[in-house]
Amino acid sequence: MAKRILYSILTFFLVTIIIFVIFQLIPGNPVLNKIGLEPDPALEQLLMEKYGLDKPPLERYFDWIINLFQLDMGESIRYGLPVNQLLLDRLPNTVGLAIFAFILVGIVGIPLGILAARFNKGGRGTLLNGATQVGIAIPSFFLAMILILVFCIKLGWLPVNAFTTIDAGLLPFIRGLILPAVAVAFSGISITVRYVRNSMVEELNSDYVLAARNKGVSEKDILYKHVLRNAMIPIVTILGMIFVSIITGSIVVEQVFTIPGIGALLVTGIQNLDLPLVQGICVYVSIVVILAYLLLDILYMVIDPRIRIKE
Amino acid sequence: MKRAFRNKNFAAGFILVSVLVVFTVLGIFWTPCDPLQIVADNTLQPPSGEHWAGTDRLGRDVFSRTMVAGQTAFSIGLITVFCAMVTGVLLALLAGYFQGVVGNIIMRFTDAFKSIPSLLMAMMVAAILGRSFFSTAVAITLILIPQFIRMTRATVLKVKESEYIQWTTLVGLNPFRVMVRHILPNVVSTIIITASLAFSEAVLTEAALSFLGLGIQPPDPSWGQMLSEGQRSIMTAPWNVLLPGTMITLLVLGFNLLGDGLSAVLNSKTAKEV
Repeated sequence: MAKRILYSILTFFLVTIIIFVIFQLIPGNPVLNKIGLEPDPALEQLLMEKYGLDKPPLERYFDWIINLFQLDMGESIRYGLPVNQLLLDRLPNTVGLAIFAFILVGIVGIPLGILAARFNKGGRGTLLNGATQVGIAIPSFFLAMILILVFCIKLGWLPVNAFTTIDAGLLPFIRGLILPAVAVAFSGISITVRYVRNSMVEELNSDYVLAARNKGVSEKDILYKHVLRNAMIPIVTILGMIFVSIITGSIVVEQVFTIPGIGALLVTGIQNLDLPLVQGICVYVSIVVILAYLLLDILYMVIDPRIRIKE
Repeated sequence: MKRAFRNKNFAAGFILVSVLVVFTVLGIFWTPCDPLQIVADNTLQPPSGEHWAGTDRLGRDVFSRTMVAGQTAFSIGLITVFCAMVTGVLLALLAGYFQGVVGNIIMRFTDAFKSIPSLLMAMMVAAILGRSFFSTAVAITLILIPQFIRMTRATVLKVKESEYIQWTTLVGLNPFRVMVRHILPNVVSTIIITASLAFSEAVLTEAALSFLGLGIQPPDPSWGQMLSEGQRSIMTAPWNVLLPGTMITLLVLGFNLLGDGLSAVLNSKTAKEV
């Protein structure tokens, strides 16, 4: 386990190097974007010093890393506010959306997968295969628009711009996140259904199930007491993938529903070449992803003793 | 080939992709209307005999634009998958054959790339290189490379264990010759499967980038960009988003099915031969 943690730290440093190098390649001067078309050498010099752009790259990298450890990501060039503050303001919206989507994946994907494994015969299998394949293929932002068309325009159940911040109360906040969360979670749900089904079908064909059947254990007990437990272990491996798909999905879906979240902030940051802001978001998101993968690996070791022993 | 078509996924994917190829190639030579022509008094028209899928905010024919945008999707897909395949397979051969320092460096960087969500990576690169066809292609190529490395390397490691490859080391054959002449042919099926799935990801990422305004720029049509434009008038003119969105879904679906089918067919084949 210590090896796995060290390895995550190494990955973290490589990620910071990759992100830093990418941003060194930006053509054009981000400071010039701020002061506008009239170049003023004195002002430019002042701003360059303020954002530390006059130092050599290596020194800037170390400054940046040291600040990162103090959780200081600098100041956004466009907004003139600390990156942390900008992020914190928008964090509840994005985290709310992500949690909602994750819950949907769990409470819809897993039971559907179990159902699909139980009734895995004939045409139903083909239908399920087709439906989940479409679910994986459909881009989240297109699905978001279809949801708007159906539930806001055709049926009129929800207003088009239903989103409110959490300050307006928890219920309106959740109500505003229903459609975005469905759009973000859809591909994750499809992946989970397929994975749970395949994993259960595989377990159902194993020797211990045959033994249990011969012993006269009821189908229901076999399924829920024995198979489900074993089948759930591999599910942990796809959680990381689903987590990343939810993060990526929310960047785009926030745009469709005009939710002021991290994704929207990132898009504005990139459009304005706001270096500290974009760098900050990328590093934070990557840290979250690295931590998520680390936690999942540890979880995997905890729930499956075989892997612990092998290590 | 005949056996491959018995696999439902492969058959469905093959048909879907073929239909879309025909649709797109047809668009090079003929479209019902001029896809770029702006008609001021003909905006947001519903589908009709003249405009099969209606018109957009600027009075352009949505059906013709969807056909032409298909060329963008296919060319981005082909270019990025090819470039990522060449680079990725090369690095995977190196990483698989030289498992020491070289292999470790390549694999650590591959893992680090995996920790940056691919859309985020593509957004950064596209922004840095300035929004254009070229920068979109570079961004997508970059995010596809790690998949080719991981998939190919896994197979290379398996092949390397076999006796005839061990023998080449024993008699001291040139490692690069061994890699290209003896290992590469054994990983071709893995590469084909990965390429098919990578094509879907390329199409999806291009659509997302263009949707966010960071990919293909107007007036060149792309499905993602049509969706973002169409969203503004979704209440009055839903046809502006339905057709291009469906095209993205079908193309991604086609290549995913093709990839899954190929994986089933090729893996069972190699299993039987061994």
